[in-house]
Amino acid sequence: MATKKFRCKVCGYVHEGDKAPEKCPMCQAPQSEFEEIVEEGAAPAKKGLNTNSNVYTILYAAVMVVVVAFLLVFVSQTLKERQTANVINDTKQQILSALNLRDQADVAATYDKVITADALMQADGSLAKYNGEFNTSYKSEFDKGNLHVFEASINGQKKYVIPMNGLGLWGTIWGYIALNEDRATVYGVYFSHSSETPGLGGEIAGTKFQDRFPGKSVVKGNEVALKVVKFGKADKSSQYEIDGVTGATITSTGVNAMINKVLSAYLPFLTK
Amino acid sequence: MANKNNEALKQPMWVNNPVLVQILGICSALAVTAQLKPAIVMGLSVTIIVAMANVIISLLRNTIPNRIRIIIQLVVVAALVTIVSEILKAFAYDVSVQLSVYVGLIITNCILMGRLEAFAMQNGPWASFLDGIGNGLGYAAILIVVAFVRELFGSGTLFGFQVVPQCFYEAGYLNNGLMIMPPMALVLVGCVIWFHRAKNKDLQEN
Repeated sequence: MATKKFRCKVCGYVHEGDKAPEKCPMCQAPQSEFEEIVEEGAAPAKKGLNTNSNVYTILYAAVMVVVVAFLLVFVSQTLKERQTANVINDTKQQILSALNLRDQADVAATYDKVITADALMQADGSLAKYNGEFNTSYKSEFDKGNLHVFEASINGQKKYVIPMNGLGLWGTIWGYIALNEDRATVYGVYFSHSSETPGLGGEIAGTKFQDRFPGKSVVKGNEVALKVVKFGKADKSSQYEIDGVTGATITSTGVNAMINKVLSAYLPFLTK
Repeated sequence: MANKNNEALKQPMWVNNPVLVQILGICSALAVTAQLKPAIVMGLSVTIIVAMANVIISLLRNTIPNRIRIIIQLVVVAALVTIVSEILKAFAYDVSVQLSVYVGLIITNCILMGRLEAFAMQNGPWASFLDGIGNGLGYAAILIVVAFVRELFGSGTLFGFQVVPQCFYEAGYLNNGLMIMPPMALVLVGCVIWFHRAKNKDLQEN
């Protein structure tokens, strides 16, 4: 072979000469982007396996899949217990956040102290004790018709916490709303989301938005009247209207729809 | 050899920056830069994952069948990201909640595939590791610059703390809503590229 051949990895230009050019004449890529082309015939057959054969390729893919699958199963199995514990802890913290007990150091202990009962609402609006395991997915519970209500006692006063779920702009949103003993005024709320835009829709998870809720009224007559409206449009004197998040109209509308959908299902309990 | 490794680490930080010169990873640069905190977390996670994936692919590079190399790279990256995300869920739940969607976004980050294909397939593990760290940090640096400007002018905060004093707002100052919108990130990245090209004349195209 008189001259060597070099191929630009960026554009595929082939240069012939003793060494790669300083710059690719086609795409200006630097010398480092060139690789030498070794002629098929010129290169002696490599020792060992031919990595381009079909059998090798298929075997390689199969082995890769099996190894990765086992690895993932192993990791997932060994960590599952810890993860479930974390999720339960986090759910409890979210319930406590609705009761304005944010960032607790020992969540499980506070939860056991504050929450007196995990109950289900019956058709007539009364509460019956829930006897299952502590739940972490209140969306599926809601869809199944299991309407959970948590009873809590804060400084001797009774509060109710209702889990909510709905849709935001990009994904699911959820939250908890705590009501006073009269079942009509808001004591506190907590919202979270899976994938709302940080800085915009994501702000529903911040206290700035959530602090607008306490003291507002939930029901008017036989209807859910609590409403999240466009930022700046809330009537200051209204007992029911709350400003949404600025620049996040769709997420705010989602919060509004979620409150309406969930609390409407709880009307027998709220108006009892 | 030592010199080459040095280059592998330093080149991508400035002269061959993945975002500014290779124009990789732009999509996530737009998505996570509305605030500083997610930008930094994303930058660090990408750094770690690129470095680890680079090492693994570099070790396997002579055995990988040429025709299915891209999918092998993808499998390695996806497996790594999944494992990291599982570990975070078990041992650092708060961080994993914060990262939420970004962990998944790492898989789709073009820097990963770009570096695996362009560097790790041809170089040894140690050089590939350094290349991964260099590219990750180069990427993180751009995210931080863009996020700094966006959060400061878009929300008046840094790391969530108010930095624009209240009296400014009382005097009629308003946060720039456009800053939070994704298009502004593109404009800012453009400005950074402009500055970068002005400093590196040899990169300018005629």
